[in-house]
Amino acid sequence: MKPILYVEGVNKIFGSHKEEALKLSKKGVSKNEILEKTGATCALLDVSLEVNPGETFVIIGLSGSGKSTLVRMFNRLNDPTHGKIFFKNQDLAQLNKEQLRNFRREKIAMVFQHFGLMSHRTVLRNVEYGLEIRGVGPELKKEKAMEMINLVGLTGFENSRIDQLSGGMKQRVGLARALANDPEVLLMDEPFSALDPLVKKDMQFELLKIQQKMKKTIVFITHDINEAFKLGDRVAIMKDGKVIQVDTPENMMANPADEYVTRFIEGADKTAIMSVKHVMITPTTIVFKDDGFNKVIREMRTNNVSSAYVVDDEMKFLGVVGLDSAMRLKDKAATLMDLVEEVETISPNQSVSEILPLASQTRVPLAVVEDGRLIGIVSKASVLTLIANDVVVDHSDEELDSTLA
Amino acid sequence: MNWIYEFPFQLTIDTSAIDKGVRSFALTFDAVLRVIRQGLTNILLTISDILTFIPWWVLVLFVIVLYFKQSKKIGMSLVYGGLLALIGFTGLWTLMISTLSIVITAVILSVALGFPFGLLLSLSERANRIMRPVLDTMQTMPVFVYLIPALLLFGLGRVPAVMATVIYAIVPIIRLTNLGIRQVNPEIVEASRSFGATTIQTLIKVQIPQAFTTIMAGLNQTLMMAMAMVVTASMIGAPGLGMEVLISVNRIEVGRGLVSGTAIVIVAIILDRLSQGWVKPHSEEESL
Repeated sequence: MKPILYVEGVNKIFGSHKEEALKLSKKGVSKNEILEKTGATCALLDVSLEVNPGETFVIIGLSGSGKSTLVRMFNRLNDPTHGKIFFKNQDLAQLNKEQLRNFRREKIAMVFQHFGLMSHRTVLRNVEYGLEIRGVGPELKKEKAMEMINLVGLTGFENSRIDQLSGGMKQRVGLARALANDPEVLLMDEPFSALDPLVKKDMQFELLKIQQKMKKTIVFITHDINEAFKLGDRVAIMKDGKVIQVDTPENMMANPADEYVTRFIEGADKTAIMSVKHVMITPTTIVFKDDGFNKVIREMRTNNVSSAYVVDDEMKFLGVVGLDSAMRLKDKAATLMDLVEEVETISPNQSVSEILPLASQTRVPLAVVEDGRLIGIVSKASVLTLIANDVVVDHSDEELDSTLA
Repeated sequence: MNWIYEFPFQLTIDTSAIDKGVRSFALTFDAVLRVIRQGLTNILLTISDILTFIPWWVLVLFVIVLYFKQSKKIGMSLVYGGLLALIGFTGLWTLMISTLSIVITAVILSVALGFPFGLLLSLSERANRIMRPVLDTMQTMPVFVYLIPALLLFGLGRVPAVMATVIYAIVPIIRLTNLGIRQVNPEIVEASRSFGATTIQTLIKVQIPQAFTTIMAGLNQTLMMAMAMVVTASMIGAPGLGMEVLISVNRIEVGRGLVSGTAIVIVAIILDRLSQGWVKPHSEEESL
């Protein structure tokens, strides 16, 4: 797939002595030392990455890592000191003033951390802003804006003033305003950071919902690892102006590039990212529905378990049979099927956090079923191990913060 | 060792050369100056005619209604209306109209020149650096100094008074326009740019509306300073309440001075209160 945004060897250095600062940084001198020696601040160093059409690409890093500087280069609110940025095949640096305006009007829109809304305009007039700049006629402008206001769930608030809205509602306006232009790329600079945790969750959900409908390319900036892993198809992790690793959340969890990434990820709620297929194991005791009672009981005893998973000839999952009931009722029941208990099953793509309540109540390990077939089981123990790792993490997360403060 | 307590040498500044320069400027550009003079006189006369045409009780009612609309305080509205009527009852109405027409003309000119100039300063860091000391000078120079060139260039009367008043009163509107635009939340300006707005679009659609309150505070100050200057300007023959004060000073008539002085205060207070209404945040007004 051809990337929609392509960043190639970008540096951004603020202040004087840019070349000298660059040389020092190539020698591996730290950011602070360079600032002391040359007075130059290296915001971005040799950043290269690709954003594919239709994906949500999350850039994560602590404050000062250069993520906001980078995202502003995609619509040229910032220009790189060195290196190139392409939108499809267009080198952004080559755009003249008018082309740049048209690029901003048609192809790309931005959502801001502190909303960037105009307090002298109503919600509707804010959402209309991008269309107004493009010179869209009043009727079409209003129609489009209303459509976006409805999309973000602000129906009925179109004539409200901005200062009458709560933080979450304000950012909905910001989102509607950005979407009204129907851009190909949506830049979101820490859009939910200023919101309180519950509202933040709502907004993340809202964004996922909207993204399902609109299928935009989103470049999303955040410092919250959970947010990054929840929203991102791929995540780029940044530190001191450099991109350390770009990968899908699952791969990043499985193969962190270095110590820094490991420690960053440790802060994440693993149960939200890891899906059932990552924690499931092969069931030890599988019996077929036509097996005799004695065979079933022997099977369970050998494997030292108290229940067996019953499938038919095509591995279709039928239920669970317990050792107790098999022993007690083997003379009364006609076939094994009379003893099978139906249990709730889970799918391999569910996140661990979703199955947590089920896993904590279940007597027997949960059956993982795909297309009706039994493909694995998830035991209480394997879920607990995952959570236990998280506890260790909280501790080192504090360490991470203090070393970076 | 004389230089310890005395300056080693003295510079002689030929002030008469400056005088000559201004005079010859006045002669060379006589045609231009005459056009300006004529134009200003026309504006002054028009405004004065309008103000004279309005019956006194209409103006009083206008003040009462306008202030009541802003403040919803019926008591104070009546007080201000009453005070304005008082000027008429003491026989100073015509003089007040003269004063008011000079002030209004000066304010219109100040805004017409100062507002765009303030915008310019807000857009250019260099222009701002260069103009800051100039604006400081304009504001701190003793106001009498402006009277002399105004007198030389435009002669006696209302026109030089308006010119001197504009030089003095234009500073706040320039300053606060500049400040207001610069104080607009940079994220909003960035947002506007990110949608592909031109500099002019951003200025008109975002920066000026966002800076509106501050700009209006500048207008209020310009108005107040113009009012203060009017008394001084009477020294070069501007008719009105200021002239009345000047005559009382020359004749040492305390009572007459006090009455006309009070009239100036009343006009100033009314103008201030009415223009304070504009300073109120834009959004609050919308909600009313």
